Amino acid sequence: MPPTSSTRKPVVLVTSIAGRFGRLLARALHGSHEVLGLDLRGDHHMPKDVRVFPLDLRRKKAEDVFRRERIDAVVHLPAEGMPGESMQEHRSRTVLGTRKVLSYCHEYDIPKLVIVSTAALYGANPDNPQFLSEEAPLLAGRDSPLLRDLVEADMTTNSFFWQHPEVDTVLLRPVHMVGRLSNPASRYLRLSAVPTVMGFDPMVQVVSPEDVSRATLLALKPGIRGVFNIAGPSPAPLSRIIERCGRRALPLPEVALRAMLGLALGIGRKGIGAAELTYLKYVCMVDDSRARDVLGYRPLRTLDQTLIQLRA
Amino acid sequence: MSEEVAETIALLRAREEVSGYDPFGFRPDLLGTLLPIARFFYRHYFRAIVDGIENIPEGRVLLIANHSGQIPFDGAMIATALLLDHRPPRLVRGMVERWVPTIPFVSTFFARAGQVTGNPENAVALLERGEALMVFPEGAKGISKTFDQRYQLTEFGLGFMRLAIRTRTPIVPIAVVGAEEQLPSFYNAESVAKALGMPALPLIPTLFVPLPVRYRIYFGEAMHFDGDPDDEDRVLQTKVDAVRHTISAMIDRGLRERPGIFA
Repeated sequence: MPPTSSTRKPVVLVTSIAGRFGRLLARALHGSHEVLGLDLRGDHHMPKDVRVFPLDLRRKKAEDVFRRERIDAVVHLPAEGMPGESMQEHRSRTVLGTRKVLSYCHEYDIPKLVIVSTAALYGANPDNPQFLSEEAPLLAGRDSPLLRDLVEADMTTNSFFWQHPEVDTVLLRPVHMVGRLSNPASRYLRLSAVPTVMGFDPMVQVVSPEDVSRATLLALKPGIRGVFNIAGPSPAPLSRIIERCGRRALPLPEVALRAMLGLALGIGRKGIGAAELTYLKYVCMVDDSRARDVLGYRPLRTLDQTLIQLRA
Repeated sequence: MSEEVAETIALLRAREEVSGYDPFGFRPDLLGTLLPIARFFYRHYFRAIVDGIENIPEGRVLLIANHSGQIPFDGAMIATALLLDHRPPRLVRGMVERWVPTIPFVSTFFARAGQVTGNPENAVALLERGEALMVFPEGAKGISKTFDQRYQLTEFGLGFMRLAIRTRTPIVPIAVVGAEEQLPSFYNAESVAKALGMPALPLIPTLFVPLPVRYRIYFGEAMHFDGDPDDEDRVLQTKVDAVRHTISAMIDRGLRERPGIFA
C-alpha cells in the first residue's frame, strides 16, 4: 500500500548533520523519519532523501526552516566538534546555537527536542562516585573552556526543560563515544602510542556511536522527557581499552605529560590539553539505569565490537 | 601458589566481567600475588582462629568490626577469612579515604584489590550489587588507640546504620581479638601527625613490625534494623549502640577464652 498523507513519516531536523555522528544518525533515522539537516558543510555522504540546508543555525535564514517546515522533532548535537574552530566560535556555536534551537522549538510549537550532550560534563574528579547519576553536578567546566561552553548549553537546556513542559525535551549524556569519529576520545585512542598518566589507570566507559544513535531514536518516542545517562558495555581500565584497540599505552609522569601538552598548546589547538588529563586519572563513569528502565535502552555492541572501529 | 589460593581465585573469577575487571576495577588475578602473602599472615603468622563465619548471610551484608593495631591488618585478616574459610569465597569491599585516588600507583593498587573510594553513593552501589562491605565505625580513632586503651571501643559513627537501614542490609558484628596488641603504641603524637597531614602518628617500640599475636575473629549473628534512615541521631544512636554492645560482648568473650596473647 502506498503511503498516504495520514501515515506521513514524522519530520525530524538534525543539526550538525554533516559530522560523522550526524551522518550516522541520519542514516539510522531516514527509514522511519523524514530527515532534514542543518549544516553549513552541506550534504556529502547523505542518503538521497535527506534534505540538508547549508545554513548556520544562528543566522536568520535558519529560523525560516523552523517556521516553514512542519517539524515534529529536533535533534541537536552541540557536542559535535567543528574542525579548525576558534574558541570564540566554539562558544558562540554551542551556547548561542543551543539557545536558538530552544527558542525556535518554543516559538514554532515543535513538540519534541533531543539534545545529545556528553557525560564528560560531570568531570573526572578524585572523589567521584564510581557511577554518577543524572543529578550529579556538572563540574567539568572548571578548567576547560570548551567543556565550560558545553556545560552552559546543557544547563540552558535543563532550565528550558522545566520552563517549557509543552516541549518534550530529552537531554542525553552519553559516555565517551568512540569509533569512526573525529572527537577527542577517538583521536586519542588512534594515536600510535597512547600517552597515559603513570600510576593511574581509571575505569572508563566507552560507547559506540551506533548505540548512541539507537538511544536517540528511543528518546524520540512520544512522551519521553528528561535527562538520561547513556553508557556502553561494562567499563574497563583505560590501559585495557588501549590494548584492545591494538595500541600501546605509553605511561608518562604527569609533569612530562603536562609539559608536552603545554608545547602542543603553544603550537596550535588551544583549549585541549591539561584539563582533559583528569580523564586519564580519575573516574567519570555514569549509572545508566534510568535509560535502561525508561527508554528500554541496552548497548548492543560489546567492548571489542565498539573498539574494533579504532583498530590500526 | 597453594591449592587453596588457586581454588579461591578460580571461584572468584567465575563472577568477573568480560574484561577481567569488575566495574569497580577489582581484578581477581591480582589475588594470585596478594593472597599468598595474606595467607601467610593469616595461617602462619597470626594463626587466626575463626568463629561463626557461617553467620554471614548470602548477598548484601555490612561487616562491622572493632578497629585497632595501627596498621589495618585487622581488615586484611577479616578479608582473608572470607576468602579462605568461607565457601564460596567472598570478596570483602573496603572503602578507602577520598584522597587515596589522587596518589599514583596506590590508587590503582587499591582499586585492583577491590577497594573503593569512600562515599555514600559507592557504598549503596556495592550493596545493591549484593556485595560484602566492611566498615570500621571507630575509624582512625580506633586504629590509632594506644596500648592502655586496648579493647575499649571508641565512639561509633552513625553512617553505617543509615546505610544499613536505607539499603535494608543485614549487619554482621565482628570482634577481632589479638590485633589490639600487635603494635603496642604508648603515645599518639597527634599534634605532630596533624602538622604532617597524617591521620595519626603512633610511637611504637617495635617500629612497624607487628608482634606474632594470635588473631581471634568472631562473627556474630546477623542483625537487622529498620526504621527511617534519616531519623534523628538520638534514635540511630540506640541502634548503633546495640551493634557496639554486641561487639563489645564478643570481645570480652574472646579475651576470656584466650590462654594468652600469643596462644
